[in-house]
Amino acid sequence: MNINTLFFGITTDLIGTSNLELQLDHAMSIADFKMLLMATYPQLKNLASYAIAVNENYATDNVILKNNDTVAIIPPVSGG
Amino acid sequence: MIRTSIKITSEKLNLQECYAFVEDDSCGGISAFIGTVRNDTQGKKVTQLDFSTYKPMALKEMQKIAEIALKKFDIYKIAIHHAEGMLQIGDIPVIITASAKHRKSAFLACEFAIDTLKETVPIWKKEHFSDGEVWVNAHP
Repeated sequence: MNINTLFFGITTDLIGTSNLELQLDHAMSIADFKMLLMATYPQLKNLASYAIAVNENYATDNVILKNNDTVAIIPPVSGG
Repeated sequence: MIRTSIKITSEKLNLQECYAFVEDDSCGGISAFIGTVRNDTQGKKVTQLDFSTYKPMALKEMQKIAEIALKKFDIYKIAIHHAEGMLQIGDIPVIITASAKHRKSAFLACEFAIDTLKETVPIWKKEHFSDGEVWVNAHP
């Protein structure tokens, strides 16, 4: 399963890129995806918090990812 | 009729455009919020601010805010324009205008829109100082 993962703000600096194609071998929830992400990129623990958007909408932990979803890592926003 | 004007641009924001969009003979008042780049953060001198966005989602979230404001405050029209890219001290990162039959609705709509924008719209600013740079709100 292919997940297009986007990083913004400070997470771009922490990960070193703004865009990764991640391959998952089974379907998973956002909660599982976040655990996988934290295990793969422990530097994300430096964040105050972050939200997840799936296909440009904020998503809660129970949402299940589908093939070719675009997942965005949204660190604390600071517009305005 | 289109009652919302939503924009993210790397060009200078245009107050006249935001005013003209909401202006109407049926309205008794127009309220405007103009955000400006301040020259210090907690006593530290800021040299410039760099705004980055998740543009398609940010536009959607700004549209949601505008539509909620229309329903909630009995306003006639609302414009929410945000800048992206590098801004200097005194530059304008955000303009919100709202028109309404009565002034109170316009005031409330502007306050609601800027407060919600700061909580939900995926836009990030990096503050540049003479001795480094910091992503705002990023750390515990």
